[in-house]
Amino acid sequence: MDIVYFAWVRERIGLPKERVETQAVTVMDLVTELKAREPRYEAAFADISALRVALDQELSEFDAPLEGVREVAFFPPMTGG
Amino acid sequence: MRVIVQEQAFDFAAEADRFSQGAGGAGAIVTFTGVVRDADAGGLAAMEIEHYPGMTQKALEEIATQAMTRWDLSDALVIHRHGRLEIGAQIMMVATAARHRVAAFEAAEFLMDYLKSRAPFWKKEILASGNTSWVAAKDADEDALNRWSQD
Repeated sequence: MDIVYFAWVRERIGLPKERVETQAVTVMDLVTELKAREPRYEAAFADISALRVALDQELSEFDAPLEGVREVAFFPPMTGG
Repeated sequence: MRVIVQEQAFDFAAEADRFSQGAGGAGAIVTFTGVVRDADAGGLAAMEIEHYPGMTQKALEEIATQAMTRWDLSDALVIHRHGRLEIGAQIMMVATAARHRVAAFEAAEFLMDYLKSRAPFWKKEILASGNTSWVAAKDADEDALNRWSQD
């Protein structure tokens, strides 16, 4: 599964994209796995309410299942316009 | 309906003119353009807009399609830039064409409210001092979305 990061999430983690092998069932499970890796992940995911998630380029929720998902994106609330 | 995501500048007058020519039967055309402003009274040097290439086009098309259907528009246009933009640069534009002005105005506002909070763009301010800071989303922007809820 590919994980992509944008804006300050990308900066805090220090890379735009990575591929992970995971058995995580939901987005939240994946977040828990990532946070356990290194302090920079812990810092990026410290406040989930400040983050948004997209699954295969569609906005989703942290309790959403990951089955069949190819790309997970984490980013702060969007500021377009 | 046209949705364009690009780094380069667009010609607002030419786009508005082309849109107007193509909007046959419409009695009302509304255009809106967002411009980089110096919100920090001389402190801002430029704006850097990051986006999610795989998602942006699709998200904007979904939003524009919703507007087309809900206000029975004869046409809609969304152009949004990314990359580094200097003060005074045009960031984006929307145009809507409808039979009557209320629909054209409402649809344009709807498009703006949605692409502010639901299109995957992130603005970063580059200050004259060299410091940078990500623009935080405002609660007011989220509130603006709620007024379009049809539930």
